[in-house]
Amino acid sequence: MSPWLALAIWLLVVATIIPVMGMAIGYAEMKISAHMQSRIGPYFAGGRFGWAQLIADGVKFFQKEDLVPDNADRPVFKMAPVLVMVGTVGLFVVIPFGPGLTPQNLDLGIFYALAISSIGTIGVLMAGWSSGNKYSLMGGLRAAGQLIAYELPLVLAVVGVVILAGTMSLDGIVQAQISWFSEAGWSLGMPFVIVQAVGLGVFFVASLAELSRIPFDMPIAESELVMGYLTEYSGFRFLFFFLAEFANMFTLSAIAATLFLGGYWVPGVPDSILQFVGPLVLLGKIALFVFVSIWFRWTFPRFREDQLQTLAWKWLVPISLANIIVTGVLKVVL
Amino acid sequence: MELVDYLPVAVMLVLATVFVGASLIVSKMLSPHRPTPEKLAPYECGIIAEGEPSTRFPIQFYMVAMLFVVFDVEIIFLFAWASRFTDLGWFGIAAMAIFTFFVIETLIYVWKRGALDWNVPGRRRYLPAAVGQRMD
Repeated sequence: MSPWLALAIWLLVVATIIPVMGMAIGYAEMKISAHMQSRIGPYFAGGRFGWAQLIADGVKFFQKEDLVPDNADRPVFKMAPVLVMVGTVGLFVVIPFGPGLTPQNLDLGIFYALAISSIGTIGVLMAGWSSGNKYSLMGGLRAAGQLIAYELPLVLAVVGVVILAGTMSLDGIVQAQISWFSEAGWSLGMPFVIVQAVGLGVFFVASLAELSRIPFDMPIAESELVMGYLTEYSGFRFLFFFLAEFANMFTLSAIAATLFLGGYWVPGVPDSILQFVGPLVLLGKIALFVFVSIWFRWTFPRFREDQLQTLAWKWLVPISLANIIVTGVLKVVL
Repeated sequence: MELVDYLPVAVMLVLATVFVGASLIVSKMLSPHRPTPEKLAPYECGIIAEGEPSTRFPIQFYMVAMLFVVFDVEIIFLFAWASRFTDLGWFGIAAMAIFTFFVIETLIYVWKRGALDWNVPGRRRYLPAAVGQRMD
């Protein structure tokens, strides 16, 4: 197979995965939240279980008027959702879905992923700044402050994994977990969560904050800021922010699963079968993280802005730095 | 690792832009366009908008951004060190520990000066006792 054909196939796959996963997670959120509150959730659209609800919503968004307020900085206002979307799509390039099933196995894998995911921050800030609405501005600033503060624990939590794996390539990190104890002839795998439980905890909390999900949703706190930086958006531009949020949830969960739970790997299954089962295993692990974050959303109340910053700077950053030091020393000693 | 390896990344970014562009065209065809002054005014839940959109905001947002830059530089070196960890051994740990110490020192300084305290009541900053302790 020529590399160009492979590339084209991957592009096609990714171009379908993003909207499908975005909608699947959106639907899961509606259904799970409904059942957690003893409601039914969507049940009408599509005949049974309301499975077509999100498709119907999507079509509806496209029919809505695309408003740009008079006060808005037009080019910046229009660019913002594009930038948020680009940051999300770029992440899909490096996620390993199975042995040899990485769209592009970059040596800088995880570093690239963390870098490109922070492009979305700029998009959010642009949205808040350009809307010409004081609630949007406040929401955008809160978002920027929050995303910046939680970028640090998120990235620092990954360093422990990189130390253990000795590589930044995501495929390499999975391989390191598969053959952790390897003698001549046999090998025993270990998902990094066993030794990096602290890292996973910090990474998960920080990624919830990066996604601005409850309990970290001050940027779009409805009761204070209308809809934060999204206030002035309508139609398909709003849809992009919405889709990007759920697609980001998917990718960040995928990265968490790859780094800490062994990605596509299940113990005792050879590579030849993993090639086909791998993507499903990864999906299962992603579903676990997605479920927990939806669960969090309907369990915890919203933080205050000062509590949020205190948690980031006074707890998560020192904890993750200590985690790096302990990991490093233990690896050299053992 | 060559630059060619990043080609899919570039293609993906182009794809994202195309995706957005196509959506724009579809939306243009499907959606109505009837702006009125009320629709184009800033949305404030139905009441007439008050005040300027660009207001003053707390200094802490700047502080966070500045502190972030310091730590971001630290992170770049941490990753470079972590991926060559086994080769560097104790030497690497010692070097990183010294470097990290100075960054943590910054955090402690900022912490003690009160830049991370977001919820200090406004009038406290005018009390004589508070001057010199707090920088909010």
